[in-house]
Amino acid sequence: MTNINIMNDISQFSFGISILEITYVIASVLFIIGLKMLSHPLTARRGNIFAAIGMILAIVATILFHQKDGKPIGNIGLILAAISIGTLIGWVIAKRVKMTAMPQLVSLFNGMGGAAAALISMMEFPNIRPELIAESGMANGHVLAILIGLVIGTISWAGSMIAFGKLDGWIGDMRIKAMKYVNLTILAVIIGFVIYIMTRNVQTAGELTPLIYIMFVIAVIYGVLFVMPIGGADMPVVISLLNSFTGVAAAMGGFLYNNQAMLTGGILVGSAGTILTILMCRAMNRSLLNVIVGVFGGGGQSNIAATGSVKEISLSDAAILLSYSKKVVIVPGYGLAVAQAQHICHELDKLLDEKGVEVKYAIHPVAGRMPGHMNVLLAEADVPYEQLIESDEINPDLPNTDVLVVIGANDVVNPAAEDDPSSPIYGMPIIKARDAKNIIVMKRGMGKGYAAIENMLFFNEKTRMLFGDAKGTLQNLVNEVKSL
Amino acid sequence: MYREAIFIVILSIFLGIEVISHVPAILHTPLMSGANAIHGVVIIGAIIVMGHAETTGSMILGFLAVVLGTLNVVGGFVVTDRMLEMFKKKK
Repeated sequence: MTNINIMNDISQFSFGISILEITYVIASVLFIIGLKMLSHPLTARRGNIFAAIGMILAIVATILFHQKDGKPIGNIGLILAAISIGTLIGWVIAKRVKMTAMPQLVSLFNGMGGAAAALISMMEFPNIRPELIAESGMANGHVLAILIGLVIGTISWAGSMIAFGKLDGWIGDMRIKAMKYVNLTILAVIIGFVIYIMTRNVQTAGELTPLIYIMFVIAVIYGVLFVMPIGGADMPVVISLLNSFTGVAAAMGGFLYNNQAMLTGGILVGSAGTILTILMCRAMNRSLLNVIVGVFGGGGQSNIAATGSVKEISLSDAAILLSYSKKVVIVPGYGLAVAQAQHICHELDKLLDEKGVEVKYAIHPVAGRMPGHMNVLLAEADVPYEQLIESDEINPDLPNTDVLVVIGANDVVNPAAEDDPSSPIYGMPIIKARDAKNIIVMKRGMGKGYAAIENMLFFNEKTRMLFGDAKGTLQNLVNEVKSL
Repeated sequence: MYREAIFIVILSIFLGIEVISHVPAILHTPLMSGANAIHGVVIIGAIIVMGHAETTGSMILGFLAVVLGTLNVVGGFVVTDRMLEMFKKKK
């Protein structure tokens, strides 16, 4: 008897809905497994593909089986057209962009997701059911999810576009002392709007739609002002933070549609992204609060004035010094990447290797523009994985290193992080370059790094400077080493 | 009504933290990029809203939302794959 009842219960679910729900569960599991595999070098690529399969399953199942009030998805032609356009553009951009431009690309795609979340909120707001409003007023979870999705999605979009522009070099830093208070005020205004909307006594949400557009504009302003003052070195933290923002915005859609795939996917990225952001902050000795208020980055004053003079080294001397060393450590920085010098750099290390010199790369966690960015760039140039050593591991080995070559790096080798408590980078773990027996610094000029502070390493007794563009200098150095 | 959703949220938060901890620094960039692609799941919301759009205005916004969501998904996964491909080819 009970068995028959159960059978009846099951049949009450329409067939399509249950397939949809099962697919969402599978998709969520694939996201989780994918993310887990992405955090191990050997399984990372497969993990990415797993997550992509989960996404395709979720999309196809939604188009085929999703129903709202018994109505299936309509406008399928237009939806497929939109997906085709997005796929084509996304694919082409992702395949064409240079590896050095990777951070801004991630930022760009992140912004697209944020914008999509904001658009969804804007369209769903007037659609809130009058019955729901009659029953519980505007102060319900549905409205809150829409508003949070709108605000966070918009901030993520606007902020990502600014981050993109800054990393691409067409937007400069803008620092105003009062920025902190301006930002906090705007944030308060946004919260005020949320409270105002949720306490209105209305028949339909449509009456309040103009407020939604005003909120959108304010959130855009906040997103812009939030990222504007942040210096380039801190940009990775911001991108990672905005990444988790978009995750939360996507999860709001999960609340809205009672959609488990959006919920798990979004929150997973939201929480994982936050942890990643905190890990990055820790690597740079920053606090997350400073990021959110939007005041950190660059411009700090140091007590230690630059004393002494820098000493240059000629190309041939540098070539001889390197060729007759036993152990050489290369410290690559973003300057190397900008000059597209990673390939020629690898040529130099192969050349030295043939001469019996042991060459290793010391990789600071935040070298480049994003954590791990340098590894990607060197991998692109075919530098073997085993030659890349993280800074903690290589530091104890540096006193036995004959020559340490700094190429286009600055802050990550700045001893002020250990010596000068007043320095903005004080406490940041660095590559202890000055422990090496000889130091060669390749640099374009005496400019400062992103943290805009003097680097005493350049004035060190053991340091010799080799001025010039990283690529040109390395090319000349390679020629010198060959002719020895 | 939201009890189930809140349950999922709390579990997902812990899962996200658990999954991401102990990641070597070299994988931070691909991981961020991969996570970036996963929040492209917002495209599902875009498809739903577009699938039930009736006015021209909401059709245009919905179309835009689907295009942007797709960009996030496709761009995100392809770029991540491109990065990871480089790690893989040398043994």
